[in-house]
Formats: sequence, structure tokens, C-alpha cells
Amino acid sequence: MNASDILTPKGLIAAAVILLLAVMPVLTTIADQAFYLDIATRILILAIAAVSLNLILGYGGMVSFGHAAFIGIGAYAVGIPIYYDEYSGWLHFPLAIAVSALYALITGAISLRTKGVHFIMITMAFSQMVFFLFISLEEYGGDDGLLIWSDSEFVDGVDVDDPTTFYYLCFISLMGALFLVHRIVNSRFGRVIRGSMSNDKRMKALGYPTYGYKLTAYVISGAICGYAGALMGNFTNFISPEMMGWTRSGELIFMVVLGGSGSVMGPIYGVLSFLLLEEFLPDFMDLFSKDAGIYWHLPFGIILVLVVLFVRGGINGLLDRWNR
Amino acid sequence: MTMLLEIRDLQKSFGGVHATKNVSLDVLEGEVHAVIGPNGAGKTTLISQLCGEQFPDSGRVRFAGKDITRASGPARAHMGIARSFQITTVFQDMTLLENVSVSVQAHDGHSFRFWADAGRDAALNAKAMTFLEEVGLQEKAHVLSREVSHGEHRQLEIAMALATEPKMLLLDEPMAGMGTEESQRMIEILKRFKGQKTMLLVEHDMDAVFALADRISVLVYGELIATDTPAAIRDNEAVRQAYLGEEAA
Ligand SMILES: Nc1ncnc2c1ncn2[C@@H]1O[C@H](COP(=O)(O)OP(=O)(O)OP(=O)(O)O)[C@@H](O)[C@H]1O
Ligand SMILES: [Mg+2]
Repeated sequence: MNASDILTPKGLIAAAVILLLAVMPVLTTIADQAFYLDIATRILILAIAAVSLNLILGYGGMVSFGHAAFIGIGAYAVGIPIYYDEYSGWLHFPLAIAVSALYALITGAISLRTKGVHFIMITMAFSQMVFFLFISLEEYGGDDGLLIWSDSEFVDGVDVDDPTTFYYLCFISLMGALFLVHRIVNSRFGRVIRGSMSNDKRMKALGYPTYGYKLTAYVISGAICGYAGALMGNFTNFISPEMMGWTRSGELIFMVVLGGSGSVMGPIYGVLSFLLLEEFLPDFMDLFSKDAGIYWHLPFGIILVLVVLFVRGGINGLLDRWNR
Repeated sequence: MTMLLEIRDLQKSFGGVHATKNVSLDVLEGEVHAVIGPNGAGKTTLISQLCGEQFPDSGRVRFAGKDITRASGPARAHMGIARSFQITTVFQDMTLLENVSVSVQAHDGHSFRFWADAGRDAALNAKAMTFLEEVGLQEKAHVLSREVSHGEHRQLEIAMALATEPKMLLLDEPMAGMGTEESQRMIEILKRFKGQKTMLLVEHDMDAVFALADRISVLVYGELIATDTPAAIRDNEAVRQAYLGEEAA
């Protein structure tokens, strides 16, 4: 992004959204609405996951239908050590990243031998395996889930239990993930994965063994998503296999596509609008007719389908048109 | 002259279709070797087996003295084999310059470089630009690939193949779908590399074939029925019947 790109409607909106996220704790404090900071924190964490998925889906054409597994793995990488009274965040986060990367390496190595629908199905199958694995782990609560009674501890004096501190940890993490993905997709490596999404046959003819590049991207994506999972483990004090179910993975895909896959800001717009709709659509509908809100899924689904069908490039694509 | 590409007894079937029937062919270093034949003769299938996109059922392929029959596509590309596609195969959402720099990058060490912005890599872009100039597309360097004409796509295909600095070009109907003017321009472009690059040229456009080829091989129903100089092929009775006759009719 150049300096001049910011002075367009699209650039200004991107800047405004980031600025708004940056001052959110101030706003919620002034308004005395701690609950909204909760929603905003969840948005940030899911945005990191969506950014990670966008790296492979939007730039590499790999539609992973199992990304929620990484969130689950990351969360359990916090929950299980705490269960054994290991509180150090310096253990939790590297563990979340390492296990996610390893899981991505193994499942990616197999999944990437397939294409299209087969890839979607096999990534989903692997994530369901993890789902059922955690259900069977009675020691860690099985399908009842696991209570996390403490948060990761980093350094004395910094308490991530404090909502504002934790919010900023998530905010900085999201900015870091965005910047990382932005650098990667514009690098030589990024060109290779973009090229293989656009035309794998041509890439091979040019001399790229694309499999290794795609697998690397998959591992990077999984590691970032696992990191988001570790944040999620800190955010909620209760984790369960439900958070890695395939519907969760589906939602993540939806968020990315809704916001605009293959664009830097797209995943953030996607998560924002998805969660805000989910949160406020029921209340909004109640304004028109009492109790209409319980049917919020219907208009929600219709809005999502319409955007995906008619707006190429999702919300980010809409902003692109406005630019011209 | 030395032999660059040696094809021996190549066989390939798809179910009941015998697409490559016992093909043996030598391509000499520096020559333009045209392969002609009617639709469905197996020309594209032959190229696919030479560049490692498909593998033969039996037979051997040697390139620069090495057996490459089982080598992967990317490995062959690194040995110096580049191809262009009959159906335009470029990166539609990249600019022409980016298309070519992805090709340059392919032979500029590995691409596990995650941080520096490839778009601002001056050396990479400068080199890519020289290949665009070679095919006369420098003016469109910053235009998105999906926004240029069919003829320009075909030229881009050639630039991308050249950018890997191959020893040999496998060109699958570079003139496909072109008007006479565009074909003429493509002939001029390819003529510039005649003698410098070894080429296997699959083409239906007979003007192009006779303008460029040092030797011509004729493929009919998967089988090579003749390999000879252009003049001899023109007079070859079997070829006339099988192929040139149809053109004349
Ligand atoms: N992947 C495939 N599966 C099945 N049959 C195939 C396949 N590829 C090619 N064929 C068949 O093999 C034969 C040769 O096809 P090929 O594309 O090589 O011909 P061609 O000489 O390039 O024709 P054209 O001039 O139309 O490009 C055809 O009968 C075709 O239908
Ligand atoms: Mg063909």
C-alpha cells in the first residue's frame, strides 16, 4: 500500500476501521459498556484467524474447511498446561504455534495431494478427527470442555486478565498478523503461491515444484491460526471441542469470503460485519416487530448469500468499485 | 550438429485412444523443428510428455544427453525445457511485467523468500522487462494480463517461456486463434530466436511453418509418417494425402 492509496475512500475506510479498533477500549470505557469490549476482543481474535485463512484461501486458492481445528489446538495449548498449573504464556503461545504448525505440516502434506472438493473434504475430515480426539480425552473434560481458571502469565506487572490490556495484546497481534501476511503475499514466495492459485500448470512448466510452496503457506497459516487459538483460550475461560467443529470452520470461510478473500483488509471487514450482524440483527428486528429477532438467522443468511453471489470480492470489492 | 532432444519409441494411450504411437524423433541443437498434423493427431500429447506434464506408457526421452523420461515437469524446466500452451495459460490477475518476473524468478534460485517486496526488486523487474521488449510488449508492462488482447496473450506466452532462459522451446500452436497480421508479427518474433534457441514448433499455420522450420515432422493418428526438410515434405505424397491435401481442399 502506498501513501496515496490511503487518500481514497477505500483507504480512508481501512484507516478508520483500524483507528476505531485502536481506541475501542477508550470508547467502551466512556460509554461504560464493558460488554462491547468483549465483542470487540472476539472480533480481533477471529480476525487473526480469518487473516491466516485468507493467506491460503485468498492468495493460494486452498479452501481449508478445517481451520477451526487450529483455533482449538491453540486454545487447548493454553488450557491443558494450566490444568497442570503451568501458567507461563512463554510456554502456552510457542506451544500453540508449534503444535499447530506440526498439525498443519502433517495434514497439509496429505491434503495438498488433492485438489478442489477433495481438498475441502479432507481438511474437514482431519479437523473432525481432532474434534473427536478432544471429545474422547476425558481427562480434559471430553465434550463437557475444560475450565481455564487463569490466564497466561507473561511478565510481572502485565496482567492479561485485565480486559483492556488483553484487548491491546489482541490488537497488536492482529496488526502483526496483517503486516506479516501483507509482506508474505508481496514477496517472491507470495508470488509463487498466487501464481499456483491462478495457474498451477503454468507454474510447474516454469519450474516451480508448487507443492512445497503451498505446504509452506499452509503451515504458516496454521501457525498464525493456532496463535489466534491461544488468544481465544485466554479470552474465554471455558474451552470445548465445540470450538473446532466443522461449522466453525465454515463460518471462518464465510467471514473471509464476505469481507473479500485475497485482499489485505477483507478478512477484518468480514469478521466485523459477521459478528456485528450476529450481535445486533436480532435487536434490530425486534424494533419492527416484537420477538421477530428470534428469526434473525433468515435475513442473516440472505444477506450473506446476496453479498457472496453479487459482490465479487466481498465488502472489499464493494469499496473497490466505489474507488473508481 | 549435436542432438539436443532424443525421443525413442514413445507410446501413450488414453483408454482406447492411442495418442502417441511408437514415436521416435531427434531434434538437433539450434534447429526449428516443426511438428504438424491434423486435429487430434497427438501433438499436444507429445509436448506434454516432453515437458513432464504427462508420462509415456513406454519409450524414452533424452535431453542434452540425460534420460528425462521420468523427470518431473519442474525438474525439466530447470534443465532448460520451456513450453508455451495452445490455450493461453497466463496469470490473468497479474500485470504483464509480473507474469514475466514470476518466470524470471523461477530460475533465479529458490523462492522461499518471504519478506522483501518482489514488485520493488529492481533487478528482477529490469530483467523481466528485457523479455517483454523481446516480444514487443514493453508498452503494456503495467497492464493487467486480463485486459490485453488475445494476440498479446500469445506474445506474453512466448516472453514467459523465454524468461526461463531455456535451451529449448516447446511451442504449442503459438499462432492459435490469431489473425493474419498477428500471425505475421509472431513469425517475426520467433524468427529472431531462430538459430539461437532450439524449437519444437507445433503449428497449423502453414505460412508460419514454412517460414520458420528447418525440418518438419508429420504426425497422423499418433504416428510419425515423415520427417524431412520443408521442401521434401511439401512434395511428399503420403503427407499430401494425410494432411496438406486437406488444407488445399
Ligand atoms: N487427457 C486425455 N484423456 C483422454 N484422451 C485424451 C487426453 N488428451 C488427449 N486425448 C486424446 O488424444 C488424442 C490426441 O490429442 P491431442 O490434444 O494431443 O491432439 P493435437 O494434435 O494436439 O490436436 P489439436 O490440433 O486439436 O490441438 C485426441 O484423440 C484426444 O482426444
Ligand atoms: Mg493440440
